[in-house]
Amino acid sequence: MEAAKELHVLAVDDSNIDRKLIEKLLKVSSFKVTVVDSGSRALEYLRLDDDTCSSRFDDLKVNLIITDYSMPGMTGYELLKKIKNSSTLKEIPVVIMSSENILTRIDRCLEEGAEDYLLKPVKLSDVTRLKDTILNTKNRLPRSCHMNASMSPPVSPAPKLC
Amino acid sequence: MSSVLQLQRQFIDYTTSLHNEGYLDNQFTELQKLQDESNPDFVTEVVSMYFEDSDKLLNNLTTALQQRNVDYKQVDAHAHQFKGSSSSIGAKRVTNVCAHFKGFCEAKNLDGCLRCLQQVKQEYIFFRNKLEALFRLEQQILQAGGSVPMVE
Repeated sequence: MEAAKELHVLAVDDSNIDRKLIEKLLKVSSFKVTVVDSGSRALEYLRLDDDTCSSRFDDLKVNLIITDYSMPGMTGYELLKKIKNSSTLKEIPVVIMSSENILTRIDRCLEEGAEDYLLKPVKLSDVTRLKDTILNTKNRLPRSCHMNASMSPPVSPAPKLC
Repeated sequence: MSSVLQLQRQFIDYTTSLHNEGYLDNQFTELQKLQDESNPDFVTEVVSMYFEDSDKLLNNLTTALQQRNVDYKQVDAHAHQFKGSSSSIGAKRVTNVCAHFKGFCEAKNLDGCLRCLQQVKQEYIFFRNKLEALFRLEQQILQAGGSVPMVE
């Protein structure tokens, strides 16, 4: 009955330039976008969405969270953990953005349940791939190689992304 | 008075040289791809934001390095921010010089940091001048009734 709704992405970054960029990248890729400048504001927004009867405000529903890693106050990693530990928020896929290509950092984020880790500067091709990320999460089937914290607890050191 | 064609050729040559000399990298081209009729000033908006931010960051860096007891974590944080924003707009040489700060901050090397700051300021000024020249060319083309060519 309803036409396909625009997917809604919540973007979190403390840099005003990067906020402007990610907003543009997402809009050009036909996402609906909300941008905030900190992890605490992101949680405020998500909990507000949750407190108000969300079925009535269906168009506020966040389909994906994309967050910078290095932020003052709450890092993107801390935000990721809070989201994955929340019974109401943990189903929302989270993508991390970072300028640093540090393997231990990447592994840590993926282990904690991040769907993907994008190197900055983020490109249009990275963003158009996000649609698949959201759709894959919705139709998630147990996967043999790629571990995901929300599916089953990691039993061994995180294997590399296939 | 230059014809539109001459201005456009100048623009292409200048953009190409900026890429070849390492002032701009692919990220700048990515920014240009995001500009369209609904947002024709996107690139200049982002770059203006960058210039404003950079002036503040450079002041912060200068002040931080003038303290009696330099807080190297703070210096590193400012440098990291500057590196990030420079990388986001494709300011390749500025980004590369910012990367040198980390080592000097970790070693608490004041001289190294001060030299780095000089270099960063220098590169930033070069970059700013060149980009402003590029934007002036753009304006000339538009005023002459032409369209700004996309340089791949």
